[in-house]
Amino acid sequence: MLRLLLAALSGLIFGLGLILAGLANPAKVLAFLDLAGLWDPSLILVMISAIGVSAVGYLWVRRRGRTLLGDPAQLPTARQIDRPLLLGAVLFGIGWGLTGICPGPAVVLLGSGASDALWFVAAMLAGMLLHDLWRRRA
Amino acid sequence: MSIDWPHFTPWSALMGGLLIGLAAAMLLLSLGRIAGISGIIAGLLLPQRGEWPWRLAFTASLLMSPVLWQLHSPLPVITLGTSKAMLLIAGLLVGVGTRMGSGCTSGHAVCGLSRLSPRSLAATLTFMAAGFLTAFLLRHLL
Repeated sequence: MLRLLLAALSGLIFGLGLILAGLANPAKVLAFLDLAGLWDPSLILVMISAIGVSAVGYLWVRRRGRTLLGDPAQLPTARQIDRPLLLGAVLFGIGWGLTGICPGPAVVLLGSGASDALWFVAAMLAGMLLHDLWRRRA
Repeated sequence: MSIDWPHFTPWSALMGGLLIGLAAAMLLLSLGRIAGISGIIAGLLLPQRGEWPWRLAFTASLLMSPVLWQLHSPLPVITLGTSKAMLLIAGLLVGVGTRMGSGCTSGHAVCGLSRLSPRSLAATLTFMAAGFLTAFLLRHLL
């Protein structure tokens, strides 16, 4: 129960952070991605403070070797920089550049009542499912 | 390049980032999991044993965050100036791309870079470059 509450609290704080940072507004993200236009550098500051705080949490967990609830931390183990990683990043970057929407803000947009976000989220879920089903078969 | 000073919002950007970082640190410290939104959501689609509840709790409260925000103050302006067809295409690309590339802006750029993961750095540089290039093509060449 405590785990579920903490997971819910993380999701909530994450979403409030996205809204405060302006990331729930695709126009603001596109203004950051459009280097050649009128450039809004705000997103860089979002990244810097997010990475800074997250790094403290990571270092803490790494020093303890487990979580505060006593579980082992489940950190990614993959190391190789391979073709799926880079090709996937290219596909994701194109989708992001077309709309200014990435997965977290997509969910927040949906919750904010922006009904058009449903098209994006439905296609995103379909894409995820297609990829994972295809990889499960392979 | 010219900076759009009137729309530059340094303080809300820094504070928003702080909350995002706090949420990622909290999930790692409490559940030992990486706050990669694409991974958390994808795990809801093809669930494994014991994985569903925390992912659902996280995603549901992410979805509800704008509702809670609105109890306190109006949401900031949201401009979604993209056609439905474009939203569908982009959503599909983001869905397939984040799964193939094992992460998105949260998992690779925030969590990965804070762990100094070379793999996440490569992914972040790649999707940023693709994003910059796509925005450039769309706004200045087409």
